Amino acid sequence: MAWSHQDKTAIVGIGATDYYVRGKSWPRTINDMAAEAIMNACADAGISHKQIDGFAYYSTAGAGYLDKFDTASLMETLGMPHISYSATLTSGGGGCPGAIGLATAGLMNEDCTYTVTLMALQQLPQHRLGVVFGASAPNPENSFLQPSGLVGPGHLMSMLTRRHMHLYGTKPEALKEIVQATRANTHNRPKAVRRNPLSDEEYWGSPMLADPLRRLDFCLETDGAVAVITTTMDRAKDCRHKPAVVHACAHGGQREWGRAFAWMGMPDPHFASSGHKFTADRVWAQSGLKAQDMDVALIYDHFSPMVLMQLEDYGFCEKGEGSDYVLSGKIRYDAATGGKVNGGVPVNTHGGNLNEAYIIGMTHIVEGVEQVRGTAINQVKDAEFALVSGGPASLPVSSLILRRA
Amino acid sequence: MSYGPARALPGDQIKITTNPDTEPFWEAAKEHKLTACQCGDCGKFRMPPTPVCPECGSRKKDWPALPGTATVFSYVVCNKNPKNGEDYIYVPIVVDLDGAPGARLNANVSGCNAEDVTIGMKVTVDWTPIQDGWVLPNFKKA
Repeated sequence: MAWSHQDKTAIVGIGATDYYVRGKSWPRTINDMAAEAIMNACADAGISHKQIDGFAYYSTAGAGYLDKFDTASLMETLGMPHISYSATLTSGGGGCPGAIGLATAGLMNEDCTYTVTLMALQQLPQHRLGVVFGASAPNPENSFLQPSGLVGPGHLMSMLTRRHMHLYGTKPEALKEIVQATRANTHNRPKAVRRNPLSDEEYWGSPMLADPLRRLDFCLETDGAVAVITTTMDRAKDCRHKPAVVHACAHGGQREWGRAFAWMGMPDPHFASSGHKFTADRVWAQSGLKAQDMDVALIYDHFSPMVLMQLEDYGFCEKGEGSDYVLSGKIRYDAATGGKVNGGVPVNTHGGNLNEAYIIGMTHIVEGVEQVRGTAINQVKDAEFALVSGGPASLPVSSLILRRA
Repeated sequence: MSYGPARALPGDQIKITTNPDTEPFWEAAKEHKLTACQCGDCGKFRMPPTPVCPECGSRKKDWPALPGTATVFSYVVCNKNPKNGEDYIYVPIVVDLDGAPGARLNANVSGCNAEDVTIGMKVTVDWTPIQDGWVLPNFKKA
């Protein structure tokens, strides 16, 4: 059944700071970066930041990993006269595009008129995600995980990847292809952190951090802030750019995934998956579309194997066939063909978390908006539908389909 | 890749905490008894221990003695001690516990080279003393 809020709201403004290599954003503060991103997004929309009256966060309003956004502080910083909606999804980066659904809920309830969704990330040494699981104090739940030395997200993803290789014969070459195919999309992007073409030799020479995953299978560690403005369709018509219409949006997940790799109790076939099947099925049901109807897929790539497993969970290929799908070139972007290669759907035309910048998913939303506006640097010709996914992690995870106006 | 012997991480760098739901598991481990949380009504196992059975909603818990054997469900080969960054080959494993269908543990495996660990490998419990007098169930190749 079609989603009752289908095509009722739109993303009308996108804004970001520069992207910095981890820790290099200092001496900027996290609120300074957040404020710049919000003001840039409002300027892009053609509204004043003082018109913002809603906040729809994810990651429990986390600003990075240890800091928190606080609506009152942001109001004080930016001088908004009143706020009538302030809400967050729980868990982590899995909720990123789902926050647009949260914004839609506030807008459709007529609580607010312009909502901002944002993330600012500053990985000072004590705030580094790479060690966050190991650095956190033991608690009764993580005492069943931490002692095994699974201290970073990469260790945890490796466990799922190994099982996927065991069950389906997934090849390391497929992971290499994911990193190389998306790296090939950053050579013309001035803000991207990694822009040089990636050779086979460099990939295979990348150190094994958690066998079977190499350093280059891990996403970048960056600082920066990104904000997007969502409003109702009637207001969107008065904004500066063509609206990126919110066509479908879902967050959540199923019990078999649950706390996922913070628990490792997932039964097959959920263990070697991205945990996205539930929200994928929901956005397909909301929209009546399927993976093959997408013109571009912005797939959360904190780790290369999670792109492969999401391709399966969203139905770009059958479960267990992600390796062959990727190796057939179908995730590549080719400007000469208008984007698509070998009947596939281009993935992460912005370079993704692996190559452009990692702001906990927000860059994927920005690229989705630019694609359906028709203004992307690596534009897919006549892009009508863009899929955006949140990070495979503890529930909720989330999915968003943006549509050209 | 050739890594050499897999070692459990040193117990003196490992700290846990407990709560009333999880403590019976750790108290049994102190006596070198491997157990898992079993519903006192429907008999389903769950790990880590939680207050309510997710199958039937019962709050009754049993802590049966398990054989102490398990099967490797998946594994990762790691090469740095997470506490100090020094070279250290250890292999985190997810295991299915024999005698407790559906219950898993995360642990380290030893008794073989890291590159010889396989999914499906049989392992037996190997107790590692850790901080504050607690004991951690790790595993050795059977």
